[in-house]
Amino acid sequence: MGKKTIIPFGPQHPVLPEPIHLDLVIEDETVVEAIPSIGFIHRGLEKLVEKKDYTQMVYVIERICGICSFGHGWGYCASVEGAMGVKVPVRAEYLRTILHELSRLHSHLLWLGLLADAFGFESLFMHCWRVRETILDILERTTGGRVIFSICKVGGLRKDVDDKTLVEIVNILKGIKKDIKDLTDVFLEDDSVKNRMCGVGVLSKEDAEELCAVGPVARGSGVIQDMRLTDNHGAYKYLDFEPVIEEAGDCYARCKVRIREVFQSIDLIEKAVEKIPEGDVSVEVKGNVEGEYMTRMEQPRGEAFYYAKGAGSKFLQRMRVRTPTNMNIPALVKTLQGCDLADVPILVLTIDPCISCTER
Amino acid sequence: MSYIAKSPWVVHYDGSSCNGCDIEVLACLTPMYDVERFGIINTGNPKHADVFLVTGSVNEQNKDVVKQIYDQMPEPKVVVAVGICACTAGVFRECYNILGGVDSVIPVDVYVPGCAARPEAIIDGVVKGLAVLQEKRDNMVKQVDEPAETYEKEEAEASEGEKSPEEEAAGETEKDQEGGKQ
Repeated sequence: MGKKTIIPFGPQHPVLPEPIHLDLVIEDETVVEAIPSIGFIHRGLEKLVEKKDYTQMVYVIERICGICSFGHGWGYCASVEGAMGVKVPVRAEYLRTILHELSRLHSHLLWLGLLADAFGFESLFMHCWRVRETILDILERTTGGRVIFSICKVGGLRKDVDDKTLVEIVNILKGIKKDIKDLTDVFLEDDSVKNRMCGVGVLSKEDAEELCAVGPVARGSGVIQDMRLTDNHGAYKYLDFEPVIEEAGDCYARCKVRIREVFQSIDLIEKAVEKIPEGDVSVEVKGNVEGEYMTRMEQPRGEAFYYAKGAGSKFLQRMRVRTPTNMNIPALVKTLQGCDLADVPILVLTIDPCISCTER
Repeated sequence: MSYIAKSPWVVHYDGSSCNGCDIEVLACLTPMYDVERFGIINTGNPKHADVFLVTGSVNEQNKDVVKQIYDQMPEPKVVVAVGICACTAGVFRECYNILGGVDSVIPVDVYVPGCAARPEAIIDGVVKGLAVLQEKRDNMVKQVDEPAETYEKEEAEASEGEKSPEEEAAGETEKDQEGGKQ
């Protein structure tokens, strides 16, 4: 046994586009303990509810995170709508579902690229991001923005997406399905890639449950948990689907969960476009928020929790968001114990960390 | 459109951005926009970099990190503030943990607006930054090539130029006299 050394990881690190700091206590090449410290991106935007009224807050909440911005906007709107007793038209629910699944597609493809970059497969990173641009084109065409959309509002959506465009979206997705299949086969079948991921960073089902892991991290360890089925939001109740579960709990399982979810999202969009009814996409909202409400959303990274409380004024009293990465950091710290120093970037990436969500 | 003979390398740091601008910075590197064709490479090492891309505004916790990265970069260097948060703190301006734009900590050369800034805008900002980089480089070369004496001479000439016509005339006659003596 060598003596203990502390290696700092981050906040500015080539692997991560975002600042997180880990103190890695290592003995020889093995990590004994990892001590995370966060707070580099804390802005304090929950406090802004005192300065921006509840319709303006949608813009702020969407900017919690640029990757899952649509889900944040939706979660906030759903909470406020719940507190006000507003019933959103069915077409708006379907469109929100479609846009949310498109966000999941772009987020997972982005993550696959970053993972490839973390184990040094740069051309794979480039190809994942090339395919992702197709999704961004669809999002830009329907919402007007590439990463931040501002299409969600309290009471529905800001604008409609016509049926012709929806059919075209499905055709585009069918077209890129083969591209995605070719890419994901490399992740799942290439020996050098499997060597980096199989059996690395195993998180047992008991640990995942005890540490309250969420999303693909929990599902990769065999925990059956998907808020799209548990919580009553959007059009998911009309679409028949099963959560994606893998049992192994290692990096490979977490990667496989996300890859299967990419295809699941494409299927969900196809089903939603088949079933989408005609009608308005928003209802008029009058009055102020009185009472409280909470919503749980399945973001690309896992369960996110939204809470809104108002007391009859146009400003909310309290707004609370609990994001998936926040819940997955204990699981990350657990899996880092006993891993090789060279595997740290991959392990950090397999929880798909979103630090700006975590710190807000 | 500016031109530089050297391939500019970029270091990127996420201040307190929402990731929107960060993923657009990364999107610049990928096949759709592909800044590598201009010789631009994203490096993780500040000591290799010429251009510093900062996204997001600064707060108490990260202002030292931003300063450290800036100080580690070799001269000449250019700072590009990407996104409205980096320019002015944008929608988060009223948050309690925000000090303001990046220019409240380090000098900024190019501001790229947008929420999130589009990849085209970021590339445009970096290319504008290259002109600034070239200018800074030229100034540095000038300082190395021309020793201090030349500056003193230039300064003396400049101060002569400020003299009144009578004095100038007097100076000329003195010079003529000196020439005559020689």
